[in-house]
Amino acid sequence: METASKEHQLIVSVSPHVKSEETTSRIMWSVTASLLPAAVMGAYFFGPRAVITLALCIITAALSEYAYQRALNRKVSVSDGSAILTGLLLGMNLPASVPFYIPIIGSFVAVVITKQLFGGLGYNVFNPALIGRAFLLISFPKLMTIWTKPEAAFLKMDAVTTATPLGILKEEGVAKLMEVFGDKINLYTQLFVGHRAGSIGETSAIALLVGAAFLLYRGYISWHIPVSFLGTSAVIAWIFGGKGALFAGDPIVHLISGGMLLGAFFMATDYVTCPSVKKGQLLFGAGCGFLTMLIRLKGGYPEGVMFAILIMNCFAPLIDRGFRTKVFGARKEARK
Amino acid sequence: MALATFKGGIHPPDKKELSKAKAISPAKPPKRVVIPLAQHIGAPCTLSVSIGQEVKMGEIIGTPEGFVSAPVHASVSGKVIAIGDFPLPTGRMAPSVVIENDGKEEWTSLKDSPGYMKLSPDELKGKVKDAGIVGMGGAAFPAHVKLSPPKEKPVDVVVLNGAECEPYLTADYRLMLERPSDVVEGLRVLMKIVNVSKGVIGIESNKPDAIEAMQRAVAGDSSLKVCALEVKYPQGAEKMLIKAAVNRDVPARGLPMDVGVVVQNIGTALAVYEAARYGKPLIERVVTVTGEGIREPRNLLVKIGSLVSDLIGECGGFSSEAAKVISGGPMMGFALYSLDVPVTKGTSGILVLPEEGVVHAEDFGPCIRCGRCIDICPMGLMPSMLSVLSERGMYEEAKGYNLFDCFECGSCTYVCPSKRPIVQLVRLAKSMTKP
Repeated sequence: METASKEHQLIVSVSPHVKSEETTSRIMWSVTASLLPAAVMGAYFFGPRAVITLALCIITAALSEYAYQRALNRKVSVSDGSAILTGLLLGMNLPASVPFYIPIIGSFVAVVITKQLFGGLGYNVFNPALIGRAFLLISFPKLMTIWTKPEAAFLKMDAVTTATPLGILKEEGVAKLMEVFGDKINLYTQLFVGHRAGSIGETSAIALLVGAAFLLYRGYISWHIPVSFLGTSAVIAWIFGGKGALFAGDPIVHLISGGMLLGAFFMATDYVTCPSVKKGQLLFGAGCGFLTMLIRLKGGYPEGVMFAILIMNCFAPLIDRGFRTKVFGARKEARK
Repeated sequence: MALATFKGGIHPPDKKELSKAKAISPAKPPKRVVIPLAQHIGAPCTLSVSIGQEVKMGEIIGTPEGFVSAPVHASVSGKVIAIGDFPLPTGRMAPSVVIENDGKEEWTSLKDSPGYMKLSPDELKGKVKDAGIVGMGGAAFPAHVKLSPPKEKPVDVVVLNGAECEPYLTADYRLMLERPSDVVEGLRVLMKIVNVSKGVIGIESNKPDAIEAMQRAVAGDSSLKVCALEVKYPQGAEKMLIKAAVNRDVPARGLPMDVGVVVQNIGTALAVYEAARYGKPLIERVVTVTGEGIREPRNLLVKIGSLVSDLIGECGGFSSEAAKVISGGPMMGFALYSLDVPVTKGTSGILVLPEEGVVHAEDFGPCIRCGRCIDICPMGLMPSMLSVLSERGMYEEAKGYNLFDCFECGSCTYVCPSKRPIVQLVRLAKSMTKP
């Protein structure tokens, strides 16, 4: 009888017996895909060097994860896409002009030191790509701050160096920025499209927003961190960003220059290193915004997104603790 | 109009189309039944028959011990051929009585009460108790206990649970379509027992015809109301149902009666009606036999104690995809290791699932702290935290994250992208520490 013959093959497992289709690797690959528009714009503006830098980052990330896990006899998890995403994010955070050993060192630091040595996916305290970048910035400060002019010339290997909009703003002020870009409309347009000096993947606001819209639509990120991050930055930029007077700053320039959009939508929202409770995420994002603007307006660097997110990463576990969810029906218990 | 609901929850594919169109039909009389003496939460019954004894349908074979218990009755007429420990669908062993069916379907004498609504609340409650009625949604808590709130907890509304939020199951749905007035009569009996003048029937909006049928059945009675609920799991969990249907928050670790509510399931209400009207004990129930792994999904009226293997045979047997058999729904049911286990009073469905979707132990990954489980936990817990603490053996710390408020609905495990066995880790932590 068929029933009897089946019996010894029954699968026994614990409930629930149905699972959603969402998987960690699908999330990682989707986030990777959402970064592609901005990466492509970076390749378009900064040429073959940018493509090589991105490729070196991704390949090193994947290889070092593979080598580390093989060496320690662990399950190799390169196919979950998380190392590749880290590599891509790091590459997008580098200037296109760096020598080719820079992406290799950075990727190794990101994947092996920041992620694997802390226990692998899920256990790292800091955003791996950002630690990779911070390591490079501190170790190679000169190389990491040479910015090339976006040329939109795909086959050009050499490039003209220039300053980033935030660099100009910091060193020479808003008047100089206007002089470089002509008028305000042109400034906004160039920043929006991404025709400006900067890290490979951070310049094109429109491409980043397209990717971000995809992530929000699919529910891979929620609005909490980006909105509080950008909102706080905008308010601070508006109040304190002007020369001489309060309430004279230009929040739009701050939002669409530097790594603000890349950071707010794609780096601060990293599941592992941000708080998991939504209310806590609002505080986390606000902290990122505050620290970014503090560094941009008062600190030694023109850009502060990276350090802001890394500092807030430290607080993520504490924030989760402080914003513990309330159990259903808790109110009555509190009254006791 | 916005549908009533609760905060959190998930939307698994409901798969009810497999069996929803199948009218309830009586299962073939079983050759023999295995009736466990512990089918309910609470004390098991004491055996009141012996081997070789002839019994009639509805005769008591197990007498309750203590208040939180319910009698067990013979579901067929015939001879007791064995008494001993047999496995329950949960995998545990329980003392059971095996009766060989003589096929005569002879009933023991039942007390007919055409004027049952004139009986006193206590008399009606006695009938519910004597009929061995337990919560038929799965938990199998003795019904008369829920109907005996202490004086300091006045009850003012009875909520009937027609959510049937577990995917696949259609037993309650068919009852609401086919026997709406009997279900409503059961609700009236329940209301009389606890002396309230308000009854609410909560039904998920994916069963519009059931909502309509029940609305017709309550028409003209201003004390009764049908409430359409959002389709969301676990809408039928007691606390979530109460929140949606009457907007009250059952306190954490509290009971529905703390907010003046008694909840009963649709099948239970029908059993209550039959007990009050005909004195009929709970010896049969509707079981949905369904899933992609069964040839002909059906809704069967099954004698308690019938074996799962017989029901599967009656529904055309396994299809080639069959890999896993579950007693109950896919979210909270138990996977069976043997098909020779009986249908009990709490068995709402027999589900045969294909292999896809089974996550093997070695395939789950680390928590990536995505927060999905926190967003959807209907109890407002942090399942990710509970799972990590349990994994590390930090059971006492897990209590600080309200470990014992989890009722194991499985929503967190459903949404987890790392496929972590969160509920199982919660169960482990619960078993390793005390509330």
